[in-house]
Order: sequence, then structure tokens, then C-alpha cells
Amino acid sequence: MIKLQNVSKKFGAGDVALEDISFTIESGEFVFVVGPSGSGKTTLFRLLIREMKPTIGEIHVGEWDIANLPTQRIPYLRKKIGVVFQDLKLLRDRTIFENVLFPLEVADMEENAARQRVEEILEQVGIAQHRDKFPIQLSGGELQRAAIARALAFSPEILLADEPTGNLDNATSWEIVKLLQDINHAGTTILMATHNTDIVNSLLKRVLTIEKGKLVKDEVKEKKERSKKEEK
Amino acid sequence: MRQVKTSWKHIRRNPYQALAAICIMLLTFLAISVFAFIVFGSSVVIKYFESKPQVTAFFKDEAQQSDIDTLKNTLEQTGKISHIRFISKQEALQIYKAQNKNDPLLLDLVTADILPASLEISTGNIDDLGTASDTLKNSPIVSEVVYQKDVVSTLTQWTNAARIIGIILIVVLALVSIFIMMTVIGFKVSQKRDEIEIMRLLSATNWYIRWPFVLEGVFYGVVGTFFGWLIASAGLFYATPYLQSFLKGIPLLPVSPIFLLELLAGELLIAVILGVLASSLAVLRYLK
Repeated sequence: MIKLQNVSKKFGAGDVALEDISFTIESGEFVFVVGPSGSGKTTLFRLLIREMKPTIGEIHVGEWDIANLPTQRIPYLRKKIGVVFQDLKLLRDRTIFENVLFPLEVADMEENAARQRVEEILEQVGIAQHRDKFPIQLSGGELQRAAIARALAFSPEILLADEPTGNLDNATSWEIVKLLQDINHAGTTILMATHNTDIVNSLLKRVLTIEKGKLVKDEVKEKKERSKKEEK
Repeated sequence: MRQVKTSWKHIRRNPYQALAAICIMLLTFLAISVFAFIVFGSSVVIKYFESKPQVTAFFKDEAQQSDIDTLKNTLEQTGKISHIRFISKQEALQIYKAQNKNDPLLLDLVTADILPASLEISTGNIDDLGTASDTLKNSPIVSEVVYQKDVVSTLTQWTNAARIIGIILIVVLALVSIFIMMTVIGFKVSQKRDEIEIMRLLSATNWYIRWPFVLEGVFYGVVGTFFGWLIASAGLFYATPYLQSFLKGIPLLPVSPIFLLELLAGELLIAVILGVLASSLAVLRYLK
């Protein structure tokens, strides 16, 4: 589903954001991407939606060869990959309903169908009651839900969530993670970048650890726990 | 349709910028309309003078009709004459009366005797006027030759000068319009940079982002053009009675509404091109 082979990304000034990263993520997986700030997690996500090209290496998402994807095909790729941005990128002068409707408008979806779809998603993420509020009127957790709702607009095959629990209290963080788990159970592959060790350690999911641009660990906790139990 | 709505929202939210863009387009197309009237009008005036008898020979009072006929035949035989007409003293009086019918004082003083008989001559080619004029000047029965080549060539010179000045003026105004529209639209694009970035991240194609801005440019162009044309046309209609008395006899005024509508159509086409060009250039920087 997602395959990176020896991917490196260097920026103009010679800064290395990612170095020789290789991994494969199967369809339907829930994967945490962990690492300190500036380790390259966001760069990895930006490469996956072709916001930038890798300096070297190959990236495949499904049948798409991301590094060599023609510019005019990028919008199609971005319908397959929903993104919850670290800074949310909600439009401040639009209501929550309009924000979620926005990608469907961009895709020129028929208006009634688009509105119907937005109603469904807002219900799914639990903020239907806030549909007519503006982002400034919502709490951190509600804003995250709104951003997730927008990312789900096209029923994407993959959802990238960049620090979705970053500024949230513990209880709200767990609500967001549960929501992401529900989405994952419905079949969407999820990559979640996070610092929250509590959540990572509590859930038995695959964890990719990136430090200084390098993939230093790729562990599947479920397997690890199982093997620990077997050893006992 | 959605893009039209977005475009209209952009315009509504910044009415003064919109007004500036429309005003500069109005000014440009006002100049283009006035220039078009001048070019069209002067070409009709030149055609009129070219089609009119270009050499008129006035005969001495003692000239015999047989001598006049001989001279007329000589000229006709050259094959260069497109039109030749003899005007007797009586006919000259009729023409004079018709021209001054509103001024009885002038009519009272004039009789057929004091007006000379004349020959009005046109040539197919303006260059042949010289030969015809020389033949007439050498004839002993001719008292005076009025040669209109000078009138036409002076008029042509003036028209050409007006054309060059007009073209320069329009090019400068068109460039200024493009720059001002680029600034106005570029400012709006930069105001919406965040929104554009989000649009792109949410799978918007470049054209989806570009359309509202392009439509905005077209809107400024079309509205400015329409009002520029309207003011110029209204000015022309207002001035028509004065111009008609000034350009007596020249079949130019009133200007046909079809010509005005054709001019509007042409101008709208240019406005759309200018609008699309300016807005595309403004958006280009942000959508590389």
C-alpha cells in the first residue's frame, strides 16, 4: 500500500530532513510515527502527499509512483490520502460545515450530494452540533475533530494525522485516538505522528521511530507483547 | 457557477480595489472608443473628398460653349477621368441658392451672371489629378483651377498623425490597465495565500484556484469597457448636431447604431483578453 525505498530528502541549505528511509505499510494498518520535534515526521507526510519530492529514493502509494507523479495527477492522489495537518489549516472565515464541504467543492461534487456527505461525516466525528460555528468558537478537541472530518471528506484510503493530540489534554487526546481507531476499523490505513508516549505504549500498534531523519526503529508492539508473554 | 460566486465575493469584499480596476479600464476603452470614432470619421471624410470633384476649373465669362465642349472631350479622351461634369452659370446659381437657402441676404446679391461656369473633374487615381490640372491651366478659356489634392493630402497627413498618437496612447493605457489589474488581483491572491495553499493541499487543481481570479479580471474589463463605450457614444450623440453643421454635406453623421454595437463587441473582446492576461500573470507567480 505504502512503500518507501531508500528515501532521502535534503533541503536547499544542505539540511538533511530524511535519510535513507525504507518501510512498507500494508492496507488497513494503524501505524504510529514517533520521534522528537524536527526529526522528519512532517517531512515524511509531506512527501507522501507530494507536497515535495524526495531528493532520492522511491515512494509508492498504491499504484502511484509518487516521486514521478505528473503535477496534474497530484489532485487525484490527494483525494486518496486525507491529511490532518499539525496546524489544522482550517479556514477561519468559514463555518465548520463549510470547512468540511470545502474539499468537496474543490472536487466539484454535486452540491446536494456534497452537503449530504458533510452531514454524515460531522455525525461520524461527533461535532454535528457545531456545524454552524466558526473555528474560533471551538475547543482544541473539537477543532481536531473538524480537521479529521475534512480529511475524511473523500473517504480516503489513507489518513495521515500529524500530531493530532499535540495540544490536547489527556482525556481529549484519547477521544481523538479512539476516533482514529474507529476510522481504522472501517478500513482506512492510518499513519499518526505523535509525541504522546502514553498513547503509543498503551496501544499495541506498529511504531516507526524517526530520529534526526533516520528510521531507527520499526517495531510491531502487538507481536512484541505476544512474544514477551510467550517467553513468560 | 461556483467559481462565478467566488469571484463575485472577491469583488464585493474589496469594492474600492474593484472600482480602481474598473476606472482604469473605463479610461482605456473611452480612449479606444474616441480613437475609433476619429479613425472611422476621418476615413469617411477622406473618402468623401476623394469621391468629390477634385479639380474644378472655372471658365472666363467669354468662354464659348463649343470651346468648353472641346476641352471636355480632350480630357475625356485621356482615359484617366472617372467623372466629369459641366456646370453652367444657371446651375451654379441653383447650387449657390441651395447652399445658402437660410440666408436671404446672400441670395439677393447674387445673379447667374456673376457666377462662373465650371467643369468638375474626378480622376480614378489621385496622381492623375496633376495632369488634368495642367491641361486645364493651359487652356485660354479657363480663369482659375481649384485643385483639391492638397486638401486630401493634408487631411491624410492629419489622420495618419492622429492614428499614430492614438495607437501610442492606447498601447500605454492598455499597459497601465494590465499593470493596475495585475496589482489589484495580485494583492487579492497574496491576501488569500493561506486559502490557496489549503486548496492545493486539498486536491484543488491550478485551474480551480485560477478561475475566480481570471473571472474577476474579465469582470473588470467588461464593466470598464461597457461604461467607457457608453460615455464615448453618449458624447458622440450629444455632439452630433454640432458636428453635422461643421461637416456639412459629408455623409458621416448620425453614426449607425450597428457600427457602435460592432465597436462594443470588438472592445469587449479586447477587454476579455486584457482581463485574462492581467489576472493570469498575477496568479502565475503563486501557482508555479
